[in-house]
Amino acid sequence: MGKFYLVFLLYFLSFPAVFSAGNPQGKNSGEETTEHAEEFNAGVMIIDHIIDSYEWHIATIGHTHISIPLPVILFDQGKLHVFSSSRFHHGNDAYKGFKIETAQGANRGKIVKVKEGTTETDPEVSKPLDFSITKNVVGVFVSFIVLLLVFFSVAKAYKRNAGHAPKGIQSILEPLILFIRDEIAKPSIGHSYEKFMPFLLTMFFFIFFTNLIGLIPIFPGGANVTGNIGVTMVLALFTFFMTSFSANKSYWLHIFNTPGVPWWLKFPIPLFPIIEITGAVVKPFVLMIRLFANITAGHIIVLGFMSLIFVFAKISPGLGYGVSLVSVFFAIFISLLELLVAFIQAYVFTLLSALYFGMATEEHSHAEDHH
Amino acid sequence: MELVNPGIGLIFWMALSFGLLLFILGKFVWPPVMRALHEREKNIELALHEADKAREEMKQLLFTNEIMMLEAKDERDKLIGEARVIKESLIEEARLKAGEEANRMIENARERIHFEKMAAITELKNQIANLSIEIAEKVIRRELSDPVRQEEIVRNSLNEINLN
Repeated sequence: MGKFYLVFLLYFLSFPAVFSAGNPQGKNSGEETTEHAEEFNAGVMIIDHIIDSYEWHIATIGHTHISIPLPVILFDQGKLHVFSSSRFHHGNDAYKGFKIETAQGANRGKIVKVKEGTTETDPEVSKPLDFSITKNVVGVFVSFIVLLLVFFSVAKAYKRNAGHAPKGIQSILEPLILFIRDEIAKPSIGHSYEKFMPFLLTMFFFIFFTNLIGLIPIFPGGANVTGNIGVTMVLALFTFFMTSFSANKSYWLHIFNTPGVPWWLKFPIPLFPIIEITGAVVKPFVLMIRLFANITAGHIIVLGFMSLIFVFAKISPGLGYGVSLVSVFFAIFISLLELLVAFIQAYVFTLLSALYFGMATEEHSHAEDHH
Repeated sequence: MELVNPGIGLIFWMALSFGLLLFILGKFVWPPVMRALHEREKNIELALHEADKAREEMKQLLFTNEIMMLEAKDERDKLIGEARVIKESLIEEARLKAGEEANRMIENARERIHFEKMAAITELKNQIANLSIEIAEKVIRRELSDPVRQEEIVRNSLNEINLN
């Protein structure tokens, strides 16, 4: 603890030096700082970092953007356009009649059509169908490849030392696999759990690995994949369809003709079926929102702490340095928390999916007793 | 707002990737993994069960060993006892037989001696008779010349013969 205070003290004692050293150029860079300061908007910066993008931005040094351009694939009026996103020059240019919308609004950051020969958005025509390999798509591919590499090696390990104690990466993942089987699938689904194991395992490890990769700040990590509502929507839809397709008769009976409910609640106004159907739809919807919100929130908080440094630096560089210590400390703390959240959200998503499967395949021997 | 406005492209790629992932992992990875886990658990359970059984058997074996040992000891004692009895009876029998044999041999010898004695006596008698006849012959021959002498001859002859 004493050491910590010493470092702290040294840190603050060095400020006057930073000030004096910084001052000669202060005038010079001061203008730039104010210029940048006016540009810096914490909210916009944060949103730009967590939403999808057509290029994988790595760093900006001075005015040079270091980023990996990604392919843009567009369907527009029956025609296919494929080109590199570097054609947009980081969103400054239009290409082939398309540009990335920079104005605030519903389309910000998406590709829109421009008026012939200009870089102005054409609000008249509809947006092109956008199948671009965006940052998040690459993020999904990264997770995809990592999962395949990891689990093929694990499967090989299981074949190689069959009947022996697990080794290496196999021994790290085996407790998780057993955890999903024994703590999630078996209690939630019951005797028919084996049918759902591949789905639950894939779901859990996809979310868990993607969450973890999302916490790595540089390429190929850092894409806010599980914090994207499109991704979580697909995951939730998989759960929804899996539930619906594996559901037995009594599940549908409960939805459309709930036993033990007075008939006038079902006819002529089908009040109960409506409630039940809403319930069936809300379940995956909640899954979608929960994962999206949790992961996005984590990213927003870390970025928020980072923004604080720049917000305070705008007031005074010294204050910026001071705040950076606190910010970095909190950012580390939140990042550690996010490690936990990465696991918890994967667990919750898988557990709830398993519970829904359990409900869908449950045998209602005493149907009349329910409700 | 982009944050809650999912793009069709991302949804498409995500659905494709995740569907493919589900398929590939579900076909090539999870079945062998689950099978291996299940088999290992079964093996472990079996091994534990067998160890239990082995322990039980061991106990049983030790118990039977002890019993066998006790039985063997009894058997040995019994055998030794029997052997002793047999030995004694054998010795007794041998002694009896030996005694009998000795007696028989003694008897035989005695009979033989008796027989030989009789034979000798008979021979002696025959010889005596022969000698007597010879003497008598001599006597008779001399008698004719001197009776005193004859008597002397008889006496001398008799002395000469001397039952030896």
